[in-house]
Amino acid sequence: MHENASALQLIRAGDPALFATVRLSLIVSLSALAISAALGIPFGASIALTHFRGRESVIVLLNALMGLPPVVVGLAVYLLLSRSGLLGTLGILFTPAAMVIAQTILVTPILAALARQTIEDLWAEYSDELTAMNVGPLSRVTTLIWDGRFSLVVALLAGFGRAAAEVGAIIIVGGNINGFTRTMTTTIALETSKGDLALALGLGAVLIAIVIVINGLAWLARRVGERIAG
Amino acid sequence: MMRAMATDLPIRFDGVTIASRTVTLLDRVTLQIEAGAPTVFIGPNGSGKTTLLRTAMGLLVPTRGRITCGGVEKSPPIHRAFVFQRPAMLRRTVAGNLRYALRAARIAPAGREKRIEELLALVGLDGFEKRPARRLSGGEQQRLALARALARDPVVLFLDEPTASLDPASTKAIEDVIRAIAASGVKIVMSTHDLGEARRLAGEIILLHRGRIIERAAATEFLNSPKTEEARRFVAGELLV
Repeated sequence: MHENASALQLIRAGDPALFATVRLSLIVSLSALAISAALGIPFGASIALTHFRGRESVIVLLNALMGLPPVVVGLAVYLLLSRSGLLGTLGILFTPAAMVIAQTILVTPILAALARQTIEDLWAEYSDELTAMNVGPLSRVTTLIWDGRFSLVVALLAGFGRAAAEVGAIIIVGGNINGFTRTMTTTIALETSKGDLALALGLGAVLIAIVIVINGLAWLARRVGERIAG
Repeated sequence: MMRAMATDLPIRFDGVTIASRTVTLLDRVTLQIEAGAPTVFIGPNGSGKTTLLRTAMGLLVPTRGRITCGGVEKSPPIHRAFVFQRPAMLRRTVAGNLRYALRAARIAPAGREKRIEELLALVGLDGFEKRPARRLSGGEQQRLALARALARDPVVLFLDEPTASLDPASTKAIEDVIRAIAASGVKIVMSTHDLGEARRLAGEIILLHRGRIIERAAATEFLNSPKTEEARRFVAGELLV
């Protein structure tokens, strides 16, 4: 990206570095969101449908993990992936993969906790019907996730918001390397520290616009779905 | 309508009690429900009607006593179906709800769409296939719940106060469907606190009060010459408390 140019000028000029930054931000956040959804929603659903000793404690812990400090997660992942760490042999520190791992750790508890609440509420409504229909445990989970999809979209948006706005963890494990691990949020942090507020503000506006567009599309999909299925 | 083999009848209760620490919902109930005309449980609120139906369906486990369906204890509800007083509509279309029930009943995919048409025609919801189930009126939802229960091709159909809080037109529509189902050979076991509904639908009536069976008789006999004091008072329209 060119020095002293605002993000809007760079957008108008079709600056490849800016678009690479935006693309990487979306790839990292959406990848983390997809992995978190695959892990967190079924986990939340299974907590909602099972009763075991210590369940209440698990729920409290899960809710608390929604507030995980990103820098602490970044530090933990850094230690795990550093040369002397448990997963150091993977050699993925300071790569987008490390950033995805850090964001996945941050987003999964959000999706699991919100899915648990959604599925539990729906189960209270459906339990008699599904039991009377002799529906098996796995089918119950898939039914409740499908029928709770409109509420789960909100959980996904919350997770995406967390991932897209995150800077503390990915700057530690990604290293903010120009052209390789630099995202919109880490660029904003860097440019602000350099005093290039115009670029930082412009990138901030781009980030907010992307979040609004994604939320708008999700809202549209939800409205269409509700019109069809109620 | 295709009928399953009548494997779940008779349903036999042997000294069945359902109780928590503080409340006894069913108190040593012994009875046998056979194939034939509809069996209607009547009684005031809290008398144990819903609990009895749910226990017979297998949704509640007796605290004491034994239940068998077709001679089998802990029989899975394969040939039994239940329509709840406030049925939960799955967040799908009308046809989607029936498709789900048919899949749960392991009906082969090839026959599902034709069966959906038959079921909707039976309950008078033809043309409603693409409507969202949750946006139907109360009476329409109850009819869809009936169709969904029938998707299981049940031998026994439990109906828990199926017309409670419905207007007369919806009540008549539901009762017409119940009569048609009973005429097809499905054993109807239902609860109501509406004596008029019991009069219109029942082959036999069982009065429950405080979790106990007070009187059981053929409908005309029960209504014209009740034998117990509680039954006489209930038929006379007095309040049983």
